[in-house]
Amino acid sequence: MSPSTSKKVPEIAIEFDRVSKSFGQRNKKHRVLNDISFTIPRGLTTVIAGGSGQGKSVTLKLILGLLYPDNGRILVDGINVPSLNKRELLKLRTRFGVLFQGSALFDSLTVFENIALPLRERTKMSEDEIRVNVLATLDQLELTGHEDKFPAQLSGGMKKRVGLARAIQLEPEIVLFDEPTTGLDPVMTREIYQLFDTMQKKLGYTAVIVSHDIPGVFAIADQIILLNKGEVDVFGDINEIVHSEKPYIREFAEMTMGDLFARPEKEKCH
Amino acid sequence: MAETTTTPEKGPPVAALPFIFLGDQFLYIITDLGRMGIFLFSALFGIFRHPFRFRELLKQLNFIGAGSLAVIFFTALSSGMVLGLQGYYSLHKFGAEGMLGSAVSLTLIMELGPILTALMVTGRAGSAMCAEIGIMRISEQIDALECMAIDPFRYLISPKFLAALISVPLLTAVFDIVGILGGYLAGVGLMGVNSGSFLSGMQQSVTNHDIRLGLIKSVVFGLLLVWICSGRGYFVQQIRGAGFGAESVSKVTTQAVVLSSISVLIFDYLLTAVLL
Repeated sequence: MSPSTSKKVPEIAIEFDRVSKSFGQRNKKHRVLNDISFTIPRGLTTVIAGGSGQGKSVTLKLILGLLYPDNGRILVDGINVPSLNKRELLKLRTRFGVLFQGSALFDSLTVFENIALPLRERTKMSEDEIRVNVLATLDQLELTGHEDKFPAQLSGGMKKRVGLARAIQLEPEIVLFDEPTTGLDPVMTREIYQLFDTMQKKLGYTAVIVSHDIPGVFAIADQIILLNKGEVDVFGDINEIVHSEKPYIREFAEMTMGDLFARPEKEKCH
Repeated sequence: MAETTTTPEKGPPVAALPFIFLGDQFLYIITDLGRMGIFLFSALFGIFRHPFRFRELLKQLNFIGAGSLAVIFFTALSSGMVLGLQGYYSLHKFGAEGMLGSAVSLTLIMELGPILTALMVTGRAGSAMCAEIGIMRISEQIDALECMAIDPFRYLISPKFLAALISVPLLTAVFDIVGILGGYLAGVGLMGVNSGSFLSGMQQSVTNHDIRLGLIKSVVFGLLLVWICSGRGYFVQQIRGAGFGAESVSKVTTQAVVLSSISVLIFDYLLTAVLL
């Protein structure tokens, strides 16, 4: 239930305190999160994993204040998100960067304009400064030369890179990734996770990745939060999951991570 | 969404089901009106929020206004010509062909101009507006704006509102002029009505009050169509029975056009009754 204790205890960036969330009407109520509590450490990568419909994306929306919990507290740097008014919520969101499942790029804007959008709307930078910033980010994410393309002209992997570029433009303290590798092939998935890891280490933000792509995402996780039937289990690393005594976690590990252990053997053959 | 823990509850008695259905529908309508009301105020308030998106306003003026000119021109010309022919046919029976200019201009300025302009703009630009915002909603682009702490009303909705409020009255004026020209062509050019009596009849019968009524109608219709079309798109995921994904956008776009057109016709009657 607890993260590995051998490391120095990091500062808490996000805390869920006895949070519950249900959907549906009175007689058809589905409880997605059931009185869950966990913390997300600052400056590290936390993976929120679990099967489909276990409340992973709901967790992200609760952090952002896009959904409200039925009860419980969601603290971001000690601020209780559900208690904020619209203005305070907008202010809090300036500390976040979000990479959406479908990248959520604006179809009518070019790659450059998409990445420049938060700078144009939220800062007083001149167009020259914006250009320098955006081109530097494009270079970091190996997107140079694609700045004049529209999202429809990009591959899935490139869209994710552009989405990440836009998410980190304002140097957020926390970056949330919602199923970031959906629709990508395994090679591209691995590349994208490596890129996330590199950028996180370089910029030092707190990364929260929601994913069901278990083997790939666990490679870059500092902490793993497993959601299952409204309950939550927190692990320091993959070994804690594998050696868990809870039957459903062992089952989850067998079903999702067999591939992880098989892959290095296959790679050795090449 | 998830399906983890289901709370089983005993269902209500069968006799209560119609009342539950009616109550549920009533609550849905009240909720929908409430969120559309908040949407309207947020969009109007967004027009005055800094920084104003002037380039987006120009883009929307081009799309809603300039882009609709051809449709408005041909609709107005054909409506005016039909009005000229029909008017001549009716007035000729009473030997009152000289009143044709008056009949055509008053009908166009007070009724047909504002109504047909609003219906044409709804069909051409309103439907596109609804679909665009709906797609942005389902592809999380509006969520992305909110997450970047960018107010979606100021950024996305308010420029459309202002553009519609400017464009629709201007298009109505174009409609009126072209329609009267069409009536003139049909009445004077084809049916041989005296040009002087057509023009003087028009000049004598049309008052400032009539023009003001047409203008007020066009502003109200412009507001109605942009409110309903963009609002339906914005709430695409909350509209009952719309379904999900692309299907929901198509259904909601149809609904927006129908609702907007009906609202224009209802408000036309109400405004005429109040302001005439």
